[in-house]
Amino acid sequence: MKKKKCLLFGFGNIGRQDDALGIMLAEKIGQCTNSCFDIDQNFQLNAEDALTISEYDIVIFADACVDTKAPFCFQRLKPDSEISFSTHAMHPKSILALCGELFDKIPRAYLLTMPGYEWEFNAPITPAAQDNLDAAFTFIDQWGHTLDNLAVGL
Amino acid sequence: MGKKITIEPITRVEGHGKVTIKLDDDNNIVESRLHIVEFRGFERFVQGRPYWEAPVLVQRLCGICPVSHHLAAAKAMDVVVGAGEGNGLTPTADKVRRLMHYGQIFQSHVLHFFHLVSPDLLFGVDGDPATRNIVGVAQQFPELATQGVMMRKFGQEIIKATSGKKIHGTGAIPGGVNKCLTKEDVDNFLHGADPLNIDKMISWASDAVELFKDYHLKNKKFIDEFAYFPSNHLSLVRKGDGALELYDGVLRAVDADGKIILNDVDNQEYHHHIAEGVKSWTYMKFPFLKHLGKEKGWFRVGPLARLNVAEFIPSEKAQREFELFRAYTHGKPNQSSMHMHWARLIEVLHAAEEMKRLLLDPDLTKGDLMTTGTRKGEGVGIIEAPRGTLFHHYKVDPQDHITMCNLIVSTTCNNEPMNQAVNWVARNVIAGNEKVPEHMLNQVEVAIRAYDPCLSCATHAMGKMPLKISLEDQSGNILDEVIKG
Repeated sequence: MKKKKCLLFGFGNIGRQDDALGIMLAEKIGQCTNSCFDIDQNFQLNAEDALTISEYDIVIFADACVDTKAPFCFQRLKPDSEISFSTHAMHPKSILALCGELFDKIPRAYLLTMPGYEWEFNAPITPAAQDNLDAAFTFIDQWGHTLDNLAVGL
Repeated sequence: MGKKITIEPITRVEGHGKVTIKLDDDNNIVESRLHIVEFRGFERFVQGRPYWEAPVLVQRLCGICPVSHHLAAAKAMDVVVGAGEGNGLTPTADKVRRLMHYGQIFQSHVLHFFHLVSPDLLFGVDGDPATRNIVGVAQQFPELATQGVMMRKFGQEIIKATSGKKIHGTGAIPGGVNKCLTKEDVDNFLHGADPLNIDKMISWASDAVELFKDYHLKNKKFIDEFAYFPSNHLSLVRKGDGALELYDGVLRAVDADGKIILNDVDNQEYHHHIAEGVKSWTYMKFPFLKHLGKEKGWFRVGPLARLNVAEFIPSEKAQREFELFRAYTHGKPNQSSMHMHWARLIEVLHAAEEMKRLLLDPDLTKGDLMTTGTRKGEGVGIIEAPRGTLFHHYKVDPQDHITMCNLIVSTTCNNEPMNQAVNWVARNVIAGNEKVPEHMLNQVEVAIRAYDPCLSCATHAMGKMPLKISLEDQSGNILDEVIKG
């Protein structure tokens, strides 16, 4: 059976305390020698990321979140063309929709959000956010080993 | 009872914008204001840190244009380490940095046009908001949307190759760069598989300029008159000949008639000529030319200002477009906010041409990376970021710690111009209306978007980006409310 291509895309600002959670999860997964995930990361998602995810079967977007329940929330994503006001950054749903329109492919996608609590410059992440990160890492690491049993597609 | 329209985000910690438009009982405009919550704490945060950390630390300021902050800080620290004021670097260091900068300009401008502006142009500012976005463009104009994505990708790859990383790059360091390009890098950018090569980027950049000109031809009144107002314009120009210069030059400003009002000021002397005013209703400052004062000394920065100030563009195809641009206003400064898009696309073409020129230069792959000299206690780095002139000013003590940091970012410089643009929409679109439908509010956004302000700095966690639009009377009672994003 052909191995599925999997991407974990963490986004946020590592200079802004708990906003770094998505990036830190990506880096932590990237350090695992037996991980099935390729890693990508950026401050925020943007249009060109539609091209990146078009090359994968399964994509997990990981980000800090203001209002999700601890330790994390993991949910399937469907394409949606919702656009925010500034549109300097795109929602993962919009990236999926763009990917489908431009490259005629929509990977199976998930959004993993971890609660963050403080957003100050250059401060370490809070202990509570660290707990959430650790829990999310354990989950993703284990979940990754089950991926070959998943059907790909929407 | 009068009314107040407020456009504001709900939960953003910082870096957000809010528009308030007050109407009287007859729906006449009483007042319009754009509030941008600017974060100033960063300047204090940098104090006490070793100077060599600055080019990396400052990228945390903004996730939209980290490369511009990276390079501006590096330029300031070049002065501190005695490597000269912009022209003292080795040829390789200078050219690697310039390539990084043009990559940033290219990808940032492309994002703005294809992602933010093209939906308004292709579907109309009063088009269905459900499809008036980048996904709608992808559905109906897939070739155009694909070009935008691929051009962004190319610019991002240039940044990655020159700065070392996709985010928080370390390429520019005080006195030079820490890596040159490999011959393989250069070959990939010059001759990469279609479409990711520089010739295709130049071709698509030319197409984008033509797209705008064609739209302009069919929509002259809107493009020429929307958010039109006279102003001063400021930017860097190349020392000696006044050419468009985005990486290192002298400061020049012209007034609304094109008369030079700031004549080729050295970067290190900027603080003798530019001050920052404050107003009671916003934390954001209002930069102005000291000798003209707060009321007459404010200025625009960014692509429109740069093309109004520069005498020519030193790249062939962009220069041809520049000549058409300048001829349209008979050589006088162009005052139309929507012509900012025209100017921006000409800069995309210039950036693509400059990237090719640099990629063909053998200095890019040579190993002489660093310059040193006599240590100084103060340095200023000024760069033309995508959104306009960006100032970094530092003082460093003998123990190498930063003791003072002052940043004037492009969006701050455009604070008064954006207020002028919002005021134009309030008076010419909204005034006299009982209700303010979505397409009118979108025109407020269109006016602000022309300046491509960086409202979304720093924190992008889920749930921190929405925008609230509310209609209130003058007592603060909410009459209507819409949540976006």
